[in-house]
Amino acid sequence: MTIPNVTVPNRGVYLDNNATTRVDPDVLAEMLPLFTEHFGNPSSMHAFGAAVGGKIEWARKQVQALLGAAHDSEIIFTSGGTESDNTAILSIIEAYPKKREIVTSVVEHPAVLALCDYLEKKRDYKIHRIPVDNRGDLDIDAYRAALSDQVAIVSIMWANNETGTIFPIEELAQMAKAVGAVFHTDAVQAVGKIPMKLADSAVDMLSLSGHKLHAPKGIGALYVKRGLRFRPMLRGGHQERSRRAGTENAPAIVGLGAAAHLALTHMGEENTRVKAQRDRLEQAILAAVPACFVTGNPEHRLPNTCNIAFEFIEGEAILLLLNEQGIAASSGSACTSGSLEPSHVMRAMGVPYTAAHGATRFSLSRDTTDAEIDHVIAVVPGIIAKLRSLSPYWEQGAAKPKEFAPVYS
Amino acid sequence: MWNYTDKVKEHFFNPKNSGVLETANAVGEVGSITCGDALRLMLKVDPDTQIIQDAKFQTFGCGSAIASSSALTEMIIGKTVDEALVLTNRDIAEYLGGLPPEKMHCSVMGAEALRAAIANYKGEEWVDDHEEGELICKCFGVDAAMIERAVTVNGLTSLEEVTHYTKAGGSCQTCHEKIEEVLEAVMAKTGALKPAAKHTPGTVGLDAIKPLPAKPEPAAAPKLTNVQRMQAIMGAIEEMRPQIQRDGGDVELVDIDGKDIYVRLTGACSGCSQSAGTMMGVQMKLVEALGEFVRVKPASLMPAHAG
Repeated sequence: MTIPNVTVPNRGVYLDNNATTRVDPDVLAEMLPLFTEHFGNPSSMHAFGAAVGGKIEWARKQVQALLGAAHDSEIIFTSGGTESDNTAILSIIEAYPKKREIVTSVVEHPAVLALCDYLEKKRDYKIHRIPVDNRGDLDIDAYRAALSDQVAIVSIMWANNETGTIFPIEELAQMAKAVGAVFHTDAVQAVGKIPMKLADSAVDMLSLSGHKLHAPKGIGALYVKRGLRFRPMLRGGHQERSRRAGTENAPAIVGLGAAAHLALTHMGEENTRVKAQRDRLEQAILAAVPACFVTGNPEHRLPNTCNIAFEFIEGEAILLLLNEQGIAASSGSACTSGSLEPSHVMRAMGVPYTAAHGATRFSLSRDTTDAEIDHVIAVVPGIIAKLRSLSPYWEQGAAKPKEFAPVYS
Repeated sequence: MWNYTDKVKEHFFNPKNSGVLETANAVGEVGSITCGDALRLMLKVDPDTQIIQDAKFQTFGCGSAIASSSALTEMIIGKTVDEALVLTNRDIAEYLGGLPPEKMHCSVMGAEALRAAIANYKGEEWVDDHEEGELICKCFGVDAAMIERAVTVNGLTSLEEVTHYTKAGGSCQTCHEKIEEVLEAVMAKTGALKPAAKHTPGTVGLDAIKPLPAKPEPAAAPKLTNVQRMQAIMGAIEEMRPQIQRDGGDVELVDIDGKDIYVRLTGACSGCSQSAGTMMGVQMKLVEALGEFVRVKPASLMPAHAG
């Protein structure tokens, strides 16, 4: 099977925006003066410092607007999603030492899951990991059953990074409030794609990451609702109202502010043009390739994300061939990460191993063009067919799976 | 992105001998779709000469699994069955110019399929002794099962000993916490700190887990002349270079100052997050080659010479 020889768009086709995004040139332009011109320490008592302090407060207001928060002081700048998640959970369990349980889901990012594993193992916390069904939707009954006055914090992601499936965060937050638990959400994938108004929400804490929304890497924020008990993770100077010590990463903070401002103006486009491109890509692939399906809940997911499981072939091989065509995507397969098992999200949804290894994620952004989508649609069927021609699980002539069960495994 | 060699890419993008061999009289199948890789190796063996006349494969797996399968068929066609049986997974990996540590199991799968196919040809039953566990040490490709075996059989009680016996944790050190967890778990199971009986050779497949050379005692080390010592150091570094060059880097010897050996990492190595691991690897190699303890330091740390 040959792969049609289509010209690769010059800069390559980047469909891995859930991994990270390109810094928007307008964001970079806002940042650059902070390196050489406005380089002062905002804590300093002179004009150099004051200029930077003003910029940081401007950035805070942009993030506040994007989240629909009531007060700009509810935004704490951090080094990224992982620090925000860790700070949220560690802060609350320290503030409520008598509550010994944490509720989370099985499909969270490792920034939450690995911390919960650690707290379970080393600090004797009881962790409730709420399962999902085969479409990635949370088991609400199990969630309700796990909630009690023993729960210090609930940490559930707003949208899943692999499938784009969105959880009913407001409903979950209200249920948590009803038993007196603090509700935190890892919204790293959702911020900038889903309109939010945290001022009217039961959400107490929210993590976001700059580099998922066209700001640079190494910057993020934690939203902490006014009045919530808080214990800092990093202790030192009085920065961020003593909630996150360390001299502010001023250029990146200003970058995040600029990116938040842009995200708000482009939110409509993400949910119309980008969504339409995603849908066109998905439908074309499903129509052209046998034995593949969309993972997660297609009716309730991020507008930019499409995760297709190609059965009987392995994801890393798919990615290598896509890369030859200039296309960047991502996979939940074991081999791309160096672990021996496919992604915990695919396994949690009960996606059969025959398909989980071939799960391939295409994540678009406002930079994605129609020509790029055309290119991907043109080459994917050939790539899948080529790999299936090598697979012992695929009956070549019949274009269907065949029996193959080695005795030794 | 994996650092695959050109040879791996060549065999992945244009695999040799893929497909079904209709005339096969020996078939070996290993792996499973659950594990993420599976291989069917088909051979046509001439019953008179025992020569493998043709070989084809079908593989479900990642780039290096497909490349390993392709390489395997190229390596065995034309060999007799007995000649082929001598091949190990290391031979496959070497043929491909090396594999990332995390991908060594792909070459193992190739070697296993070959043994399974030959056993099938001879009508024997083939016992799979490949164990899979969580990969703990990515630098040396050591999994939990191997560490557990080494700890149980040899009564190991410390992280340091585990490193001596398995190399696990000997490079970048990021897996030390995980090794300690395995160690604790095994020790809890076997009755805490009571050392297990000494390992009797041949009882367990421990051949793969030989202790690293014991720390040389200063007195026992053969005394090298300065020239011999310098040559030994240069030779050891020369031996390591191809491996480092494969990752786009290079290492050069700058100066020898007693126990301090100054090297310079260049190319992709400079500024690479793994460079500390590389330095440590060079140091281990030199300690082994010299039979004495030396410290490898970056040239940037060289004391400025007076005058």
